[in-house]
Amino acid sequence: MNMQTTSRLTAAETALVEAFGAQIGELPGNGAVIGTRDRLLDELKKAGLPTRRIEAWHYTDLKNLLRSVPDVTLVSAIDPIAPLVEGSKVLSILQGEADAKAAVGGVEIALFKDRLADGSAAAGLTALDKDDAIGRINGSFVRDGYAITVPANTELDAPIELQALHAAGQVHTRFPVSFGAASKATIIERHRSVAEGAALVSSISDIVLEDGADITWIILQQQAAEDTHLGQIRVKLGTDAKLRLFVINAGGKLVRQELRIDVAGEGAELTLRGVNLLGAESHTDVTLVLGHNVPNTNSTEIIRNVVFDRANGVFQGMIRVAPDAQKTDAKMSCNTLLLTDDGGFSAKPELEIFADDVVCGHGATVADIESSHLFYLMARGVPENKARAMLVNAFVAEIVEELEEEKLVEALEGVISAWLEKHA
Amino acid sequence: MLEIKNLHARIAEDGTEIIRGLNLTVKAGEIAAIMGPNGSGKSTLSYILSGRQDYEVTEGDILYNGESILELDPAERASKGIFLAFQYPLEIPGVATMQFLKVAMNEQRKARGEAELTTPDFIRRVKEAAEKLKIDQAMLRRPLNVGFSGGEKKRAEILQMALLEPKLCILDETDSGLDIDALKIVADGVNALKSPDRATIVITHYQRLLDYIVPDTVHVLYKGQIIRSGDKALALELEENGYADIIGEAA
Repeated sequence: MNMQTTSRLTAAETALVEAFGAQIGELPGNGAVIGTRDRLLDELKKAGLPTRRIEAWHYTDLKNLLRSVPDVTLVSAIDPIAPLVEGSKVLSILQGEADAKAAVGGVEIALFKDRLADGSAAAGLTALDKDDAIGRINGSFVRDGYAITVPANTELDAPIELQALHAAGQVHTRFPVSFGAASKATIIERHRSVAEGAALVSSISDIVLEDGADITWIILQQQAAEDTHLGQIRVKLGTDAKLRLFVINAGGKLVRQELRIDVAGEGAELTLRGVNLLGAESHTDVTLVLGHNVPNTNSTEIIRNVVFDRANGVFQGMIRVAPDAQKTDAKMSCNTLLLTDDGGFSAKPELEIFADDVVCGHGATVADIESSHLFYLMARGVPENKARAMLVNAFVAEIVEELEEEKLVEALEGVISAWLEKHA
Repeated sequence: MLEIKNLHARIAEDGTEIIRGLNLTVKAGEIAAIMGPNGSGKSTLSYILSGRQDYEVTEGDILYNGESILELDPAERASKGIFLAFQYPLEIPGVATMQFLKVAMNEQRKARGEAELTTPDFIRRVKEAAEKLKIDQAMLRRPLNVGFSGGEKKRAEILQMALLEPKLCILDETDSGLDIDALKIVADGVNALKSPDRATIVITHYQRLLDYIVPDTVHVLYKGQIIRSGDKALALELEENGYADIIGEAA
């Protein structure tokens, strides 16, 4: 019998394969890196982009949603912009290319393209599992980024801003960051389109927190209305490490942010907060895979979503508690303000608990603005539009205020209110 | 200032009629007390006056300075000078009290064609008004009403009233949940606003508040109608004999 084993490639899949072919010999990397790239592209070609039949992609059928892929453009006529928080040290990546002169006092910084060239990046380029389309795309195409090491016992007095700016085209970046024992820092990973025209962006941050590191990591995604953003953060938390991870989506047409977190040291603590501002015809997916893999760790996850227009959002929150991870304390919630009849939000919390002495919980709500709150504000003379905007803003500002650092809170509240003014 | 004519109103959701042919006139400078047993329609009346959409007016009219306000939304009514001090002020997490006060004051000014307040001017006004009501600055730094005690919430309502300088003040059970000291502070705040061009409607269950905010007229509301009107003496009579006699007469 003659079975057809290769499915037909979609336009986007074909474009990816062709883009790879066109860049052979141009993408940085030694033999090991090239071998890895070839293998990843080959896997991508065979498996195709994931469809809804793949459980991890059930709500984001990438094969169907990613209709086209723009050509690779390497010209960069982009200038860095002011940092989100005044006084931050800016490491800019313009159209996927890092700045060879970038430096931050007390911190070791290398260009990721040099890591590709000497092959030291090869081992990290792999996909995390057979459904890791982002790992495959990024590993195949990544050109540059920054490899950052914050030495042990170092406290950075200003945030580092990874400023990834791009125009139309394709951009694939990578940020391996290692935080030494007892180091303390704030990193702002900022993705932003600065021109018209569709872009495909993939970006992976591989971060390791050594014992006792205390880190705030902000991902701020402000891509343009036609952009696809495929983000992934791979995190490993050491003993007594503390990570506050804030993910803010305020742009893009097709967005997937994967958070793959390994809580690997006792006493470690994760605080995950997400704000999804969804408008127009966008599709935005935040997918968390969190492993509590040792005893005595805790985490809280709060995701707040605001849905306008014909936008759709997804939150998948998988928490796995390993068999010997006793005394795990994990609490997850996902709250959505649905301000339209034409949009939607899907929340899929999942707990897989293999230990018996743990406290784990999750909850999800979907609601419209509380009419009594609206009446209260209007009864004081605040017009309906403005009152609604205040209440929507309040719903997400509450989350951002947890950051406590005043300048950062102010800057993020500014981003949120500017977005709401434009979309509400 | 306020003329309610043969007003009929029902709950929008289920059509239950609450106000059944209510007539009431309140003149500028007047303090009118509305009293009545539970379920007589007192709070509903306050909501209808301020424009809450959960109620539908099916008959009659509400004239404010000679003009019908039925078509105006709550914000438009507020900017024309109608203020409701809520029986249960709402907690609104994420909305900073100071920001809320500033937006409310400036939106009302904008609607009336007045210039917005400068920040120093705004802060000075809030500080002065807060001091008079013994409101702590720390309270003003919290989100709106969040974590306030019952008494603090009522004082915050009167603070808003003092800052917004309305022409028609409606106090819905402002005395409920207040101890005697808090009651005096709130009453002083209300009395300080008394002026010949301002009217106040005091909705209450008990005579107690009326010892401190002395009414010019007293009206008894029962089953959605004013069944008796009088002066201050009527409140004392109710205090002594309860509502039963008057309700009996009306029936």
